Amino acid sequence: MQPDMTPPTVATRATANRRLAWLLVLVMAGFFGFGFALVPLYNTFCQLTGLNGKTGDADSAPLSADTNRWVTVAFTSTVMPGLPWRFQPEQRRLRVHPGIPSSVTYLVQNRSDRTLNGQAIMSVSPEAAARHFKKIQCFCYSRQTLRPGEKRQLLLTFFMLPDLPDDVRTVTLSYALFPIDGHTS
Amino acid sequence: MSQAITHDEHDEHHPRGLTRWLFTTNHKEIGVLYMLFGLTMFMVGGLLAMLIRAELFEPGLQFLKPQIYNQLITLHGLVMVFAALMPVTTGLANYLIPMMIGAPDMALPRLNNWGFWLLPPAAVLLVLPFGLELLGIGNGPIDTGWTIYAPLSVQSGLGVDFAILAVLLLGASSLLSSINVIVTVLNMRAPGMTLMKMPIFVWSWLMTAFLLIAVFPVLVGGVGMLLGDRHFGTHFFNAAGGGDPVLWQHLFWFFGHPEVYILLLPTAGVMPHILATFARKPMYGYRGQVYSYWAIGVLSVIVWAHHMFTSGMPVGAQLYFMYSTMLISVPVAVLFFCWIATLWRGAMTFETPMLFALGYIVLFGIGGLTGLVLADAVADQQYHNSYFLVAHFHYALFGGPIMGVIAAAYFYLPKITGRMYSERLGRWHFWLTMIGFNITFMAQFFVGIAGMPRRIPDYALQFADLNMVSSLGAFVLGAAQLLFVYNVIMTWRGVGRKATGQVWDGARGLEFTLPSPPPLHSFTEQPVIR
Repeated sequence: MQPDMTPPTVATRATANRRLAWLLVLVMAGFFGFGFALVPLYNTFCQLTGLNGKTGDADSAPLSADTNRWVTVAFTSTVMPGLPWRFQPEQRRLRVHPGIPSSVTYLVQNRSDRTLNGQAIMSVSPEAAARHFKKIQCFCYSRQTLRPGEKRQLLLTFFMLPDLPDDVRTVTLSYALFPIDGHTS
Repeated sequence: MSQAITHDEHDEHHPRGLTRWLFTTNHKEIGVLYMLFGLTMFMVGGLLAMLIRAELFEPGLQFLKPQIYNQLITLHGLVMVFAALMPVTTGLANYLIPMMIGAPDMALPRLNNWGFWLLPPAAVLLVLPFGLELLGIGNGPIDTGWTIYAPLSVQSGLGVDFAILAVLLLGASSLLSSINVIVTVLNMRAPGMTLMKMPIFVWSWLMTAFLLIAVFPVLVGGVGMLLGDRHFGTHFFNAAGGGDPVLWQHLFWFFGHPEVYILLLPTAGVMPHILATFARKPMYGYRGQVYSYWAIGVLSVIVWAHHMFTSGMPVGAQLYFMYSTMLISVPVAVLFFCWIATLWRGAMTFETPMLFALGYIVLFGIGGLTGLVLADAVADQQYHNSYFLVAHFHYALFGGPIMGVIAAAYFYLPKITGRMYSERLGRWHFWLTMIGFNITFMAQFFVGIAGMPRRIPDYALQFADLNMVSSLGAFVLGAAQLLFVYNVIMTWRGVGRKATGQVWDGARGLEFTLPSPPPLHSFTEQPVIR
């Protein structure tokens, strides 16, 4: 029995198969791009929802303040491996009113015999407080170059927004100092 | 359905020997290659597991350095998931789908061949560093756990690069197969076979292929980023540069959770075939199961962060992922009810495939229920990365897919080889597997609740007794699989009696209208479905 395979049928099916196959490759490429797009997408999503623990910047003090409320702000510091620097806040703890700016200084010293670069990354705990934390001036995310033995005072000026949730009574700022070579990101 | 018309004209021109297997574009031969490769890698992964359980037999470090132990557990996971289970389910797809839908072959036969031959190099890339290390060369294979978390994966040795390349090859293979499956199923069904008349195994593989196309590219992107962080100065996962290690977790699990359904769905699709055959009843709830596959597929892509409950997620996100994860149990439960309803008031006999299928229902059921415990974000704070988790996913992955592919192997072995396997050996295999498996992993639920973490070569003394029990169970489980290998080899050599075309008394389906073994080209006249 001869199979019924007249050329047009075979050709059409082969073309249809090839077309669908290439379409699927396109879909795959789309999802591959989606994977990379997730990097900025996550940033945007977290900014919109405030779920990322990212703080914000401010040019000047807010218009309102809540002088009836005290919030304790605690400061910690960590030096990451590979950076022989001394790094600590001048004050461990500060009591502030939401809406009123305060300043704190971090001391940093290069204990090695080479000029080195470091960069501080900041994070805030609890995460719910991060959105209400505004920095007027911060040394985080900028490159610090210290010569051997050099000491420096790094300034942080900040305020808590008055709409900080009521159940937040302590906010902890944590700075991690990383070694970097060359440019900041 | 009448016996399909076939002939052997083409076989005279068919190459023999090495050339035959290197260059074949025949879906049955490629399917067999995939399944044999998977079975071999299952033995390799099993050997790694035996070494792990030997070290954990007693507290203290017996014969493995911690770094070697980490390499073993990582390879065990990667090999079992990517080099054993996925190739076997792909092999079943290649072998069965064209026959089940009345097509002459897969849509893209040469692509099919490439898809398979990517696998052996990938396996070599994964495992070779381990062999070299034993000979004193290099620092060994990847040691980060199969989840390859940053920052360890960014900092760890060359083994990670080997693993990244292996994953890329394995991914390419899976993606080529998925394209082939989708094109074949959508374009090449016999006339009269609408989508809702397809055998349900074909539906389950169609969903699997859709999931693979969607999520494997994300893993490919992720390991690309990892390669960048390791060697090209990028900082996707490096906080110092403004990146975040948690990003890796999101990318990995966005792939990783659908991956477990990619592993599950093919065997969930084989189950109704086997149950209906040995209960001598039509399967129950075809439509319900198809809709369940869709629900599982869609939901699986939006629940990934239930693997990340302890990574610092806000409460709102934890709640969302908890609820959505628990929701997946609904369509899975529908599958269970349909399987049980298929058996209900059936005329059952308990040949080996049926035994493994029933075991699947019990063991995967335990796996799924313990998954609900872990889905509770509050409970998971304690159980995450404990042995409770290890036991859960072994009940889910071994109890489900592995039992399922073994059931399918016994079910189709007579069709593929033309001979019956030894039923007696099959029974021994089943009971030793059930007993060994449950002893191994039930004990692990309890040490997990008691607080034993995973991925540790040594443990606190209070966990000693149950670990010894678990290891003994593992040795029984491992030895039992040798019976299976022996059975397969002897069947292949033609020791058993000849199998008929229909093979099993209750078997239905186009594949059972063909002789056993089927000729190289299954159908010369395309079947028409009425």
